[in-house]
Amino acid sequence: MYNFTFHRPTTVRQAAGLLGRNPEAKLLAGGHSLIPVMKQRLAQPSALIDLSKVEGMVGVELKGRSVTIGAMTRHADVANSTVLKEVMPGLAMVPGSIGDPQVRNRGTIGGSIANNDPNADYPAACLGLGATIITNKRRIVADDFFTGMFSTTLEDGEIIVKISFPIAKKAAYEKFKHPASGFALVGVFASKRGSDIRVAVTGAGSNGVFRVKSFEEALKKRFSPKSLEGLSIPATGMNADIHASPEYRAHLVGVLARRAVAKAVG
Amino acid sequence: MPAVSMTVNGKAVSGNVEERTLLVQFLREQLRLTGTHVGCDTSQCGACVIHVDGIAAKSCTLLALQCEGASITTIEGLAEPGGALHPMQEAFREHHGLQCGYCTPGMIMSALDIVRRNGNDLDEHTIREQLDGNICRCTGYHNIVKAIAAGAKNMPKVGAQQAAE
Repeated sequence: MYNFTFHRPTTVRQAAGLLGRNPEAKLLAGGHSLIPVMKQRLAQPSALIDLSKVEGMVGVELKGRSVTIGAMTRHADVANSTVLKEVMPGLAMVPGSIGDPQVRNRGTIGGSIANNDPNADYPAACLGLGATIITNKRRIVADDFFTGMFSTTLEDGEIIVKISFPIAKKAAYEKFKHPASGFALVGVFASKRGSDIRVAVTGAGSNGVFRVKSFEEALKKRFSPKSLEGLSIPATGMNADIHASPEYRAHLVGVLARRAVAKAVG
Repeated sequence: MPAVSMTVNGKAVSGNVEERTLLVQFLREQLRLTGTHVGCDTSQCGACVIHVDGIAAKSCTLLALQCEGASITTIEGLAEPGGALHPMQEAFREHHGLQCGYCTPGMIMSALDIVRRNGNDLDEHTIREQLDGNICRCTGYHNIVKAIAAGAKNMPKVGAQQAAE
């Protein structure tokens, strides 16, 4: 790992100021994606700005018809949140499937979303629920936020402060977990909130997380796994690597979407 | 080099570290607490598991500076000063929960975290699932699982609420 300078701001404003003064800086959340890539010298920030001491970035809060999660809330704390398990267990099950227990004790929702790893779980939950990402500058809807593999619409100096999820009565996540890494080979988040039906897929697309409009249309008639029977998506644009072929990933999207819907209605 | 201060096994410690110094390097190389091991250095194997403020973490994926002000517990901090082993250590001894011993410190620190999260009465399935982040390269899992179940039973009772959290 190349060396860097280390900063520990206590407010979002201070953190934003440090980002502005250090153009090659990176924000440090849980560090469980960033530190490994720095060890591999795939990332070489001039400075790390540690957000762990910044006030007001941790917690799960029920606010009317939505749940707001602070960006620095760790995976284990989201998974175990009594509030969240009660109002939307489908979202609580997402962080419970990330990595291993020690990783869940450190990794954060904000870090996962900002990194937008194409195999990460939280991007599917954000897109699959129509979440709003709230930064120090603006509110960004999930449909605009994720712009491709490891890429988001976040601008220089912009910091995710919290994420707001509308409460969907029916919501669930199904994941085909890579047994070694814990990442999603394919993961599907499906939800129904009134007439808003969403099916979001992670791990499969070569351009990161995406929605399956054809599945959503079919589910509009009836939100049931039966509505998806016989439906599939083409293998074009699916990831290919040593773990799975594009055809296999496309197949898994259909299987996991049916399971996610079944779980959401069950 | 920046200074860092923390509590390690109940003792206040401080030192100067490079920004890139990992917690495990600080523990092993500066504090000479070599019970915490580095197996993979890629946050997969769990040989480096320690507790930060009572919660298990992989010390190869934490910077020492991230632990400023924190309370760290390593394998060296478990036994009583007089020498009596912690019930979980004793269970690993009793059930021979090790072969080469390299993964053992991480296994024991993770085992304590499993008890913290799931209580004292652990079934085999829970233990195996929750050992997801620890690898025994000798594949000696059978006795490790037995040792954790026995050690958990012999530990002070974890409150139901604490276990549910």
